[in-house]
Amino acid sequence: MTINFNNVYLKATSTVAGKDEKEGNFGKLYDKTYDDYYAGEKTFEQSEVKMINDAVNIVFNKAKIKLENIDVVIGADLLNQITPNAYASVKFNRPFLGVYNACASMCEEIIIGSSLLQNKEISNVLCNVSSHNMTAERQYRNPVEYGCPKPKRSTFTVTGSASCILTNEKQKIKVTSATIGTTTDMGVTDIYDMGSVMAPSAARTIYEHLKDTNTTVDDYDLILTGDLGVYGKEILNVYMLEAYDIDLKDKHEDSACIIYQRKKQPQVKAGGSGPACLALVTYTDIINKMMQGKLKKVLLVATGALMSPTMNNQKLSLPSISHAVCLEVVK
Amino acid sequence: MLFFKLIKKFGINYQTFFILILVIKMDKESYKQMTSKIVPQENKLKNGIIAFVVGGLVGLLGQIIVFVLENNFNVPHKDATSIMIVILIFIASLCTALGFFDNLVSKAKAGLIVPITGFAHAMTSSMIDYKKEGLVTGIGANAFKLTGSVILYGVVSAYVFGIIRYLFFGG
Repeated sequence: MTINFNNVYLKATSTVAGKDEKEGNFGKLYDKTYDDYYAGEKTFEQSEVKMINDAVNIVFNKAKIKLENIDVVIGADLLNQITPNAYASVKFNRPFLGVYNACASMCEEIIIGSSLLQNKEISNVLCNVSSHNMTAERQYRNPVEYGCPKPKRSTFTVTGSASCILTNEKQKIKVTSATIGTTTDMGVTDIYDMGSVMAPSAARTIYEHLKDTNTTVDDYDLILTGDLGVYGKEILNVYMLEAYDIDLKDKHEDSACIIYQRKKQPQVKAGGSGPACLALVTYTDIINKMMQGKLKKVLLVATGALMSPTMNNQKLSLPSISHAVCLEVVK
Repeated sequence: MLFFKLIKKFGINYQTFFILILVIKMDKESYKQMTSKIVPQENKLKNGIIAFVVGGLVGLLGQIIVFVLENNFNVPHKDATSIMIVILIFIASLCTALGFFDNLVSKAKAGLIVPITGFAHAMTSSMIDYKKEGLVTGIGANAFKLTGSVILYGVVSAYVFGIIRYLFFGG
């Protein structure tokens, strides 16, 4: 399902990140970084709320608009009941939508926000996305101090929060089209192997997007997937070729592979993950390059594993979802 | 590949094309085969050796404690082993609380998880995790989150083997 948008632009973006991301490839590009997982708060969950608030304050300063001008706030994160964003939204005092599609949430938010902007009553939408390594680890796996040995294929949840303001005023970067993905299940049950879980849904979404918009891989300067990790990236390339006969060539990059310096940071194993992973890379490096004119048309494919420890304990496999958003530089 | 080119030539629309692919080309089984070629396997031998050596060192430490207690403090052997277990649990819990035991575990693999140190660590780490949620609803309810099954099946198997021993070896 692909939607075309005529009047949706990206007004401003902001990113805040934790200490592991600070040591990563884009450490200097983040608007604010923290030296520990607490960010000056008492608990990890509260620090995630603080990160969202910080990111929102920064984005308002950059966009030079006030909170009153925001018509809808959309928030997404990994935790049950979308807790951090729900709690952060109390301070905003604006209409709030909480959405969840695991790590695919960032594109889901942009799709919902862009669709809302087709209404004339709505002119500015704020999209927040956050994840925190410790809170995610606590909820989905083991207690944080447990330090269970991780296999090479596992990924490391990104600590950070990113905000963007979508508007219907003309700006340099335009959201031109988006594809709503379909849930895919290829029978993978390994909770550490998220790359294998998400690659088929990413492939399907990319295929459908190219098909619906009548474009080929060559029309894009970059196809950036969310958090497949190094092995997931390879699986996607092979799967894309085998199942759809599409060669991604060197156009494909995976934000999980580039967000950290994997050689210097062995704890990240196969790369980053979490909804903030794609957002941190896109809102820093990719947006900068688009502003400088190095990239003109970028396809963002947020990949999410809809993992539930309960269902996994009941021996069910992990479904996955991917959404695609196309960003273009307009004159 | 040839199969797809043929399908494209005959102009079947893409939904049918897609379903055909899922059914014929990429079923769950062949996908599993494909991913298993790419995703690396863990080096079980290396992990096993590390765990063997580290686990052995923990055992050695326990034995040294027992020796010291028996020879220097005149503690009877039966009490010395109990005291040794308490000491090891204390050391592991302290290291967990100071926040570096998890780094050791991720390097030493099962070598520190299988001995009594792992049990202490699992309990302490759960308790630290839920400290902020209160004494009863946090620490109390979650202390045995990871270790509850160890205790349950430990007690059950103790009963079973106790009965076997009573019936066949006369207690």
